[in-house]
Amino acid sequence: MIELFNRLFGRRPSSATAKERLRLVLMSDHLSLAPEMIEAMKRDLVDVISKYVEVDRSKIEVSFEQQDAALAMLANIPILSVNRDAGDRVASRPSARPPALGKQPSKRRRKKGSAGPAAGKPAAAT
Amino acid sequence: MILVDADIGLRNLDLVLGLEKRIVFDLVEVVEGRCQVRQALIKDKRFESLSILPAAQTRDKDAVTEEQMVGVIELLGDLADYVLIDCPAGIERGFRNAIAGATEAIVVTTPEVSAIRDADRVIGKLAQQGMPMRLIVNRIRPEMVRSGDMLSVDDVCEILSAELLGIIPDDEEVIDTTNRGEPVVLDDANRLKPIYEKIVRRLEGEIVPFTNLDNQGFFGRLLGALKAG
Repeated sequence: MIELFNRLFGRRPSSATAKERLRLVLMSDHLSLAPEMIEAMKRDLVDVISKYVEVDRSKIEVSFEQQDAALAMLANIPILSVNRDAGDRVASRPSARPPALGKQPSKRRRKKGSAGPAAGKPAAAT
Repeated sequence: MILVDADIGLRNLDLVLGLEKRIVFDLVEVVEGRCQVRQALIKDKRFESLSILPAAQTRDKDAVTEEQMVGVIELLGDLADYVLIDCPAGIERGFRNAIAGATEAIVVTTPEVSAIRDADRVIGKLAQQGMPMRLIVNRIRPEMVRSGDMLSVDDVCEILSAELLGIIPDDEEVIDTTNRGEPVVLDDANRLKPIYEKIVRRLEGEIVPFTNLDNQGFFGRLLGALKAG
């Protein structure tokens, strides 16, 4: 009955607000309590991006911010140069490659494949 | 069954149980070897097999180390089937001491945002230690849950991803019985008694259905609705 009144007057039950606020705050608590995880994620993220562009690893900033109903990850990754052959590489390697975890920036320039459509399938590079 | 008050410096378990006048020795004196552990135990005459080990009131959490705590709990383990350690609030020294000798944890929270956030932190700490835990949601007010003004038990369990051990409704009588130092379960007519008993049976490994706090009939609902409204 009370729920009906609330709905009629457009009042959101405070328990729903509490649940939503807790969900977000616990997510950011868990993130702030797992710095190693964030470092590992940052590393993986940069490894993926580095296949396409050369980035400045020393100036990467990752932060988390609450945006309305979601927690957003904000990454600021300075790009030094664009790998011209990146598009070629996407086409030349249709099969998935295991993620490179090491710090081997030279790896980016190693392979040179045949020309192909650059319209990317970056999802193949998982 | 032995209850240990691990809240050194803020002794209260004795007061809640009405045993405050009978304390001779305390946990810190046991740890420091000033008395035997048996000498510090206070038998609760109202329950056949219940004793408490009181905390020291004039010392602080640093008076005991984790190793010493493990030693005391092991000694108590030889004297009883269950040793229940009342853990102080917080996640610092007192908490670490309290869980040092434990094999399993019961996290008690209320359905409020601050309590749930703290419970989540405690659950994270327990998980780091690899300690199994179950959750008790205390002071639930079914009429407020129905009207959407209080988080439900399901909400709390979902937010904390924890296994439920018990649901305890908010009851004014707890304040009254605590004032007198008489545990609420001594009153056969009290509605909390069967609820506490169910928790005990679950701890013993029995599968016991949860009491439906909503189940109070039409007039109960109407009364609840009028009160809440």
